[in-house]
Amino acid sequence: MKIAQRNYYGKALADLAGEDPRVVVLDADLAGSTKTSDFQKVCPERFVEVGIAEQNMIGIAAGLAASGKVVFASTFGIFATGRCWEQIRLGIAYPKLNVKVCATHCGITVGEDGASHQALEDIAIMRALPNMTVVCPVDAYEAYAATKALAAMDGPAYMRMGRADFPVITEEGEPFRIGVAKVLREGSDVTLIGCGQMTAMCLEAAEALAQEGVSAEVVNMSTIKPLDSDAVVASVSKTGCCVTAEEHSVIGGLGSAVAEVLAESRPAPLERVGTMDTFGESGKPDELLVKYGLTSGHIADAARKAISRK
Amino acid sequence: MSAPDCAELKAIADRLRVDVIEMTSAAGSGHPGGSLSSADLMSVLYFGGGLRHDPKNPQWEDRDRFVLSKGHVAPILYAALAESGYFPVSELQTLRRLGSRLQGHPVRGKVPGVEMSTGSLGQGLSMACGIALAGKMDGKDYRTLCLLGDGEMQEGQNWEAAMFARQYGLSNLVAIVDRNRLQITGNTEDAVGLDPLPEKWKSFGWDVIVIDGHDIQMILDALERAYDEPTRPVAIIMNTIKGKGVSFMENNASFHGKAANAEERERAIQELTGAVQ
Repeated sequence: MKIAQRNYYGKALADLAGEDPRVVVLDADLAGSTKTSDFQKVCPERFVEVGIAEQNMIGIAAGLAASGKVVFASTFGIFATGRCWEQIRLGIAYPKLNVKVCATHCGITVGEDGASHQALEDIAIMRALPNMTVVCPVDAYEAYAATKALAAMDGPAYMRMGRADFPVITEEGEPFRIGVAKVLREGSDVTLIGCGQMTAMCLEAAEALAQEGVSAEVVNMSTIKPLDSDAVVASVSKTGCCVTAEEHSVIGGLGSAVAEVLAESRPAPLERVGTMDTFGESGKPDELLVKYGLTSGHIADAARKAISRK
Repeated sequence: MSAPDCAELKAIADRLRVDVIEMTSAAGSGHPGGSLSSADLMSVLYFGGGLRHDPKNPQWEDRDRFVLSKGHVAPILYAALAESGYFPVSELQTLRRLGSRLQGHPVRGKVPGVEMSTGSLGQGLSMACGIALAGKMDGKDYRTLCLLGDGEMQEGQNWEAAMFARQYGLSNLVAIVDRNRLQITGNTEDAVGLDPLPEKWKSFGWDVIVIDGHDIQMILDALERAYDEPTRPVAIIMNTIKGKGVSFMENNASFHGKAANAEERERAIQELTGAVQ
């Protein structure tokens, strides 16, 4: 089964409308795409259309949060993080305001719109901000649970979602805790750590590796900051090597975060699957995943290489 | 206690100017020019009833909110906050020092009375829009004021905010532009010109009031009119003199971001305290 994460983001917002009167949702002319329109339908009085003015949206979000609101601000990932990075830094992260920047259309599977719209650097630049929590749910159900968890958490956060339908690998209603990784499959030869839909591909890769007699452990690392470094160290201490997989540049994202932990706490061979310091291009999502090295086959290859380096 | 009259507010403004000179000089850096040009406004806001506020209760829910978008003039804000009782005046001397809460640019949560973190230009008006919108949503009657530099109007985000404020009928929002006509490189009109500035705001649907920003009565009247406006946001454009009150700083762009040295400090304080007497 495949479901777009944004559908469940919108559903969570709509549910929050009745649960928390402090919740205010902002969008910049993309409510139909980000699915904040689901909130708008049930709670128009607390939905704010800011027009095509993302930087202004972030400033408004900061002002609302300073006045006691729990603010969700949404647009596509590249605009939310790249265009507004400094507004987020000064207005939200520095004063620790309760704003959740929730972006859809992240990663290469944005597809046909091409490189201008494919955020492949957003995790890196959000992770670099002090006080920021960075969450990248693995599927639609987790996007729902993460939205609820972010609403309950006080402080700035960035949540990254895709555009396309992603494989569903968690159970609806499964508890989600920010900053806590989950072992989805136990193994002893290599650790596969994924975020976003690449976690599903890690499971596929583990299955393929099992056919060769290789036992892969799969870790769902849907919170990238604060990174569950204990989970990384515990798993790699057992397996002795590691592969990270993300629909993001290998520079600065999940792979970098895991590399930092391993280098400092538990040195081990690491292979990073992600885009290799390159922009994307137009194409169908599945074609792009193949061309840019983001499939379960690429993860399995990386695992074989990591094991060979032990 | 009755509100101070115009002469008293003028004297308080000069007291704030002395604070600015002293604290930036002690720090060896800071932005005196734009601090001095907005001193009369700050006197009216914090001592003349311009802002509904309570220094003993900075988190008072119904207080008017003041956002300093031109965050580099933190010294004049700190002076107004300290002199009105938010924190000890003696603390002003710690400006820009390691460990001081009086950072080079204002930080929300560090200093009582500072509503938002600012310092990167062009962002305060958006924040003020959010605060004003929250007031409307919650049925509160507090007013939100935002002080902007004129050079700062070159930042495009201000105009996004201006469009938004009109669209959402933020009549509880007042933007005040310190039109001192100077930015770091010199005259604003020689950099990227802003004239005709009142017409720009009008074309964005705002009510616009143009005043002499060193005339206390005009500031009081403009705020009264702004607070009475029932439907539109209001922009008060204050024509001012950068460095106002210190002869060698007046209309001198080099004192935008440079503190007075020891000798200049003495001369400046002499001129300002002479004016008080």
